[in-house]
Amino acid sequence: MKLSGWGRYPAAECIVTAPRSDAEVARAIATTTCIARGNGRSYGDSALNEDNTISTRHLNRMISFDEETGVLVTEAGVLLGDVIDAYLPRGWFPAVTPGTKFVTLGGMAAADVHGKNHHIDGGFGNFIDWVDVMGADGSVTRASRTTNTDLFDWTIGGMGLTGVILRLGLRLKRVETGWIQQRTIAAPNLDAAMAGFETHHDAPYSVAWIDCLSTGASLGRSLIMLGDHAPLEGLPNKYRQIPFGPPPAKKKTVPFNAPSFALNRYTVKAFNAAYYHMGARKTGTDYVPWDTYFYPLDSILGWNKIYGRRGFVQFQCVLPDESARAGLEALLTRVSEAGQGSFLAVLKKLGTDTHRFSFPMAGYTLALDFPVSDKVLSLMTELDAVTLDHGGRFYLAKDARMTDTTLRASDDRAEGFANMRAKSGAGHAFASRQSERLKL
Amino acid sequence: MSSGAILVLGGRSDIGLAIAKVYASEGHAVQLAARNSDTLEADREDIALRHGVEVSLHEFDALDVESHEAFVDGLPSLPETVVCAVGALGEQEESEQDHAQARMVMRSNFEGPVNILAVLANAFEARGSGVIIGISSVAGDRGRATNYIYGAGKAAFTAYLAGMRNRLASKGVHVLTVKPGFVATRMTEGMDLPEKLTTDPDTLARAVFKAARARRNEVYLKPIWWLVMLIIRNIPEMVFKKLKI
Repeated sequence: MKLSGWGRYPAAECIVTAPRSDAEVARAIATTTCIARGNGRSYGDSALNEDNTISTRHLNRMISFDEETGVLVTEAGVLLGDVIDAYLPRGWFPAVTPGTKFVTLGGMAAADVHGKNHHIDGGFGNFIDWVDVMGADGSVTRASRTTNTDLFDWTIGGMGLTGVILRLGLRLKRVETGWIQQRTIAAPNLDAAMAGFETHHDAPYSVAWIDCLSTGASLGRSLIMLGDHAPLEGLPNKYRQIPFGPPPAKKKTVPFNAPSFALNRYTVKAFNAAYYHMGARKTGTDYVPWDTYFYPLDSILGWNKIYGRRGFVQFQCVLPDESARAGLEALLTRVSEAGQGSFLAVLKKLGTDTHRFSFPMAGYTLALDFPVSDKVLSLMTELDAVTLDHGGRFYLAKDARMTDTTLRASDDRAEGFANMRAKSGAGHAFASRQSERLKL
Repeated sequence: MSSGAILVLGGRSDIGLAIAKVYASEGHAVQLAARNSDTLEADREDIALRHGVEVSLHEFDALDVESHEAFVDGLPSLPETVVCAVGALGEQEESEQDHAQARMVMRSNFEGPVNILAVLANAFEARGSGVIIGISSVAGDRGRATNYIYGAGKAAFTAYLAGMRNRLASKGVHVLTVKPGFVATRMTEGMDLPEKLTTDPDTLARAVFKAARARRNEVYLKPIWWLVMLIIRNIPEMVFKKLKI
């Protein structure tokens, strides 16, 4: 069947199986080189294998929950949204969440996803106690921080290339309510945005929407959104009636591919300017439901179709603290010169890295998306070069088009990862379009 | 909101499990009935963890019709709702040659399901309340060369449900006939199903829950199948017999 990542580029005709037990997964692994696929929310080709894509959609059972420690044991195909549905009403929330709840826990582990609290809590992997990984020979290894530590460390952030993650033990965190106390700060330019992140380093959640088409003195103008779980104490009375928030809003669906002219530099520029000025007027503190705060786009199902038939590509890099200022300026300048508006541009300060092949490092990450075109693809190659010049590296869960040379120039861990795979036998059994392109 | 239990016959099937989860999410206790029911322990735990409701497993063999009364007596409580998701597709071409297989397909889709529902219907009637949901199929709407053995079983099941609905309408017991078209389940895995006509078990389950709550009598899922089958039913037989559909 025709598969792609969330960016809908590239698409490939893949043979897909959806096993329902360990034995069925083992049988699928034994046939030919394969890759596991969760809910298809990585953007590029990380979860595509023409010959053998193993969907984990039927491996989606919750196995146990410990009320004392908050450790939830589940199969890898359970969706993050299902965890929230089941456990938020009981006062638990995922300790790390990306910008969508339509991801599987297995996929989150494989990409070691980060959230708005990375600068304090680190990535998703920090809250995984153990993973069960099925290797090339079909045997299952439980890997944790104390046993099979190498496998654990490579698997978190290993993009499914160490084996198929079958189950995991995940620590949830206690929350008193489902409301987020949100504060928005308008930053008129890049310096102000970065200063905002530094000043508010102790805010549990922080992220900035950045206007990537502003130029000159307002280059990098941003709206920084700070947040924290609101305690019950102090919650306005009208919200106390529903401490875990209203049910998520009715979902809208994008019914068809938007025509390619719908998002162009003029519409995006106008949107960005309006969005910034509206946001700047509304700065201050308010309470928003968890769904609105963490997953604003989840309420529009199929929003990836607004980029039209050819799909879109994401660019996400992280730049180390010392060169972040110069690097961000260079990236933003290049983007606004090219006039390629990115509808969703996100800036975020990250904390230190924790796993061997995870994306984050201490510094700033910038994420942009663009509708696919030849012009955009060459712009992205330029952005790659700017990133390399400033010592940055790239997020594989977003990537659809980088070259292996770029990857190796950006990340000296890649060679070690590839060597580990060659030695363990995983290299012969597990591969995605991405891993082949990047020679992992 | 009533939070009476739902009994799921065919508790291992994708459709049965999906319906169990929707009812559980609405606060209903779940009784999962299937053969080798102990192998459903992981599903039992999953539903209980997600929704915080009582979930119990019950040994049930649809074809062992003699056991059905004892089975119902052995349930922890008489359920408020029963959904029958028992069925077997078979392989049409094999079934044409292998009469034992053909009998098995027809018994699995008709004899077994109606026998257990007959027992439950009497109990519901005596109580004066209850909802019976039968998962039939659009295949029962007209016999076609590609699946008429399965289709015949479903046609009989559909007719039985209609009659039971008629009988029980004044007794406080509601009967809902569900006619799915293509559903992406284990049963249809590997088949090339047209996307526009295919639904998935979770979507189907939510639609079944809504239809039962609204006391609908018969629903096609997806709804487009109502139109498709209307057309198929109305093609004159002299034309129809020459068609390959």
